[in-house]
Amino acid sequence: MTTNLTHAIARPGLAKGLTRRSWMAATAGLVIGLSAFSSAKAADDTIKVGVLHSLSGTMAISETTLKDTVLFMIDEQNKKGGVMGKKLEAVVVDPASNWPLFAEKARELITKDKVAVVFGCWTSVSRKSVLPVFKELNSILFYPVQYEGEESERNVFYTGAAPNQQAIPAVDYLMKDEKVKRWVLAGTDYVYPRTTNKVLEAYLKSKGVKQEDIMINYTPFGHSDWQTIVADIKKFGSAGKKTAVVSTINGDANVPFYKELGNQGIKAKDIPVVAFSVGEEELAGIDTKPLLGHLAAWNYFESIKTPANDKFIKEWQAFTKNPKRVTNDPMEATYIGFNMWVKAVEKAKSIEPDKVIDALPGIEAANLTGGTSKMLPNHHITKPVFIGEIKGNGQFDVVWKTPGLVAGDAWSKELEGSKDLIGDWVGKKCGNYNTKTNKCGGQGS
Amino acid sequence: MPINLVERFRTFLFAFVLIAASAIPALAGPFEDAVAKFANDEFSDTDEAVGEIATSGNPQAFAIISALQDGRLLADPDSKKVYLTQADGKSIDAATGASVASVPDSAVAVRLNNRLRRTIDAALGGLTLMSPDPAKRVQAAQSVFKTHDAAMLPVVDQALEKETDKKAKQAFVEARAAILLFKEDATDAEKIESIAVIKLRGDQEALALLTGLAGAEQSIVVSRSAASATTAIQSRQTLWSIAQNAWYGLSLGSVLLLAAIGLAITFGVMGVINMAHGEMVMIGAYVTFGVQEIIRTSYPGLFDYSLLMAVPLAFLIAGLLGIVIERTIIRFLYGRPLETLLATWGLSLVLQQAVRTMFGPTNREVGNPSWMSGAFELGQITITYNRLWILCFTLAVFAILLAMLRYSSIGLEMRAVTQNRRMAASMGIATSRVDALTFGLGSGIAGIAGVALSQIDNVSPNLGQSYIIDSFMVVVFGGVGNLWGTLVGAFTLGIANKFLEPVAGAVLGKIAILVLIILFIQKRPRGLFALKGRAIEA
Repeated sequence: MTTNLTHAIARPGLAKGLTRRSWMAATAGLVIGLSAFSSAKAADDTIKVGVLHSLSGTMAISETTLKDTVLFMIDEQNKKGGVMGKKLEAVVVDPASNWPLFAEKARELITKDKVAVVFGCWTSVSRKSVLPVFKELNSILFYPVQYEGEESERNVFYTGAAPNQQAIPAVDYLMKDEKVKRWVLAGTDYVYPRTTNKVLEAYLKSKGVKQEDIMINYTPFGHSDWQTIVADIKKFGSAGKKTAVVSTINGDANVPFYKELGNQGIKAKDIPVVAFSVGEEELAGIDTKPLLGHLAAWNYFESIKTPANDKFIKEWQAFTKNPKRVTNDPMEATYIGFNMWVKAVEKAKSIEPDKVIDALPGIEAANLTGGTSKMLPNHHITKPVFIGEIKGNGQFDVVWKTPGLVAGDAWSKELEGSKDLIGDWVGKKCGNYNTKTNKCGGQGS
Repeated sequence: MPINLVERFRTFLFAFVLIAASAIPALAGPFEDAVAKFANDEFSDTDEAVGEIATSGNPQAFAIISALQDGRLLADPDSKKVYLTQADGKSIDAATGASVASVPDSAVAVRLNNRLRRTIDAALGGLTLMSPDPAKRVQAAQSVFKTHDAAMLPVVDQALEKETDKKAKQAFVEARAAILLFKEDATDAEKIESIAVIKLRGDQEALALLTGLAGAEQSIVVSRSAASATTAIQSRQTLWSIAQNAWYGLSLGSVLLLAAIGLAITFGVMGVINMAHGEMVMIGAYVTFGVQEIIRTSYPGLFDYSLLMAVPLAFLIAGLLGIVIERTIIRFLYGRPLETLLATWGLSLVLQQAVRTMFGPTNREVGNPSWMSGAFELGQITITYNRLWILCFTLAVFAILLAMLRYSSIGLEMRAVTQNRRMAASMGIATSRVDALTFGLGSGIAGIAGVALSQIDNVSPNLGQSYIIDSFMVVVFGGVGNLWGTLVGAFTLGIANKFLEPVAGAVLGKIAILVLIILFIQKRPRGLFALKGRAIEA
């Protein structure tokens, strides 16, 4: 299953060169009698980068793009001369949307392929599954997807949004600009929507929203019959108060959901839907004209006009040889994470995990929307938050954004169990430091 | 802000009623300034501009605001000029009305957000109350019903007086009642009369209005009558919701039936545990995508017929693939159910990955033809056209299949081979040919199902997986080997699911259905309609 991707476009002669060098090294090794040692030495002129994204199974729909993004970033970096004078080499594995397989493949990447860093995972359950491996073998994972928070690990760097960088600003926008009084929290039944909705429910109640004005609904993965739920939303929304739907519906279930909304005639100007998992890629499968005005909250949209973003889109489309290929938020998170890692390695002058982990907090890297994101001591980053409206062409039109960058909170201030916790891997060397009792809750978790 | 708009709007309405649309020439200064605001690309400026244009009394006002709504109003941020693309494709300068040869490339459509869309609706709603088209008048009256703005009362009264169309008249009466209900200086008698009108309307909008009234201060008589009207509407809606659940159940049942009907042949009739059945459905959906793609690029006018063309094509492609699979894999595995299960499961993974490599892992867009978009109201139930057509289509496929098995010679051969293979063979039937054709038929029907399912679900390589479990459930529940069992099984499961869902939620509802089926199978291992006699022993 493991594919050592020697990138044809990047360095056509390298594969041959490598074999010759390693043959020479091996011969030399034989002479001295240290063959094992020297063949390991031969790999020293490239730095291996692990890519742990599902290329088959249910999650392939989202994760394949991120695999391509990492390959694209490596290609670009090698054109600039690599890192510390060494070329980067991608090692792509396919965990096939199978959570235990994620852990196996992670172990394989770190122990067998000896990668310096891994970019990977999409679902929270896959991240949880690889965590023990990264802790045990002390390696680095960059996680590029928005998630539910409540985690800060020494070996993981979270470049996607924490709830306070996506969900809370979106609700604020609806409350202030759309004067929403009644809320439907609809999600797929797994950990990310459940935790996010818990955070949102606590937040809404702290803003004076009553229990009877909140409707929470969960559906199974891949739910395709939305008739009842859409009719319920319609009914809930006709109680004389402005209503909005906050959707944490994930992946495949979104298309039939939006189709049903359109067909039952729920218009954004009556009941807007703000989604946290629907981006340009997901919209590529739907006719968006009936969805005009429904919203999404992200830290990046393809439609944002900045020189950096224009350049990124152009080069990405050239790299994938598809002039219609869209970009999305987790791609930008991968982009930021990759550049931060490169800078940290150059700062630490080493790919040793311990040195890179210590070098990363404080590293700044430009994002694609005109700002500079910074790695924080809790291993989350600062990001701007945008609210976009769906347009007829499958893109988003930014209607609101936060004035500056928002620092990611590893632990939600809204939840009882986590409001006093902070993650600080610089001063306190702890992922869940309790500021009330001044104690660390234990390594990691 | 909204109050401000209402103020402006009131002035404007009187102005509008007073002037005949063409008599007075454009006012020079303020109107042009207002139009220029569209070029600022700020939502607040656009909002102001809409208000000012609506109050300007300029004959262009309606054209400009409706162009803004449709995204036909273009603004050039450099020259601050605003252009309007007319329905015939020609462009004019919005401020002066003069026609322009070409719009500069830097001009982009003026952006809208939801708040602006509501502002525009309110502005246009007032403008179309007097529209010559009765459908538009009904729409305008509906929007007045929702906003129930007291300033609109004189205009509504006036419109009501002139109204001849029955539907529009009713809409105006309701709109008037809504206004009176919230008008501060209306008498109690007027309000009670209004409540009666709204009670008759009896839908969710009416309920929203009445529950909204509960917040405001009212005399005891009025609030009591509102409360009783609310209860009356609610109890009527409970009855309607039963009908609605039944319809949703039928619709879900039809989807289940469509997905399962092919399996009822391959698994039910032939006894092959075909895990690759879902992938045949998926291939049908991709055929639809392919057909639409060709139509989109070459013959856009034929888009509404794309599904009609996709149906025979999907049947052929999936059917041929089925025959190939039967000839190359399945025929070596007859009588070995475990090996068949594993082989077809592997095959399903291969097919998924093949499609993923060819078309990419992301969803493909399959559009709804116009006759399958939207919905209509039947009493208090919303019936969407795509679901209605799928129900009809499913029943048609079922009827054709049944007729084919019963009356055609190949159908007769299929039944003979299933009932007693050796006897059929000794009567001169080429049993292996019949096997291949039967498997092809089941696969082809799965392909047809894919065409229909592409209208309500994702077209992605995973499409089939979400239906395979449900399909097996339906066939086993209905009784293996019996098409009628599949029909009854599908509709029973669909309706049961939809009545459980509002009570238990989607997740628990699905679990409950599974538990019920397991219990049922304990009691009747052969399903609803068990085959009897010697056939099952073979």
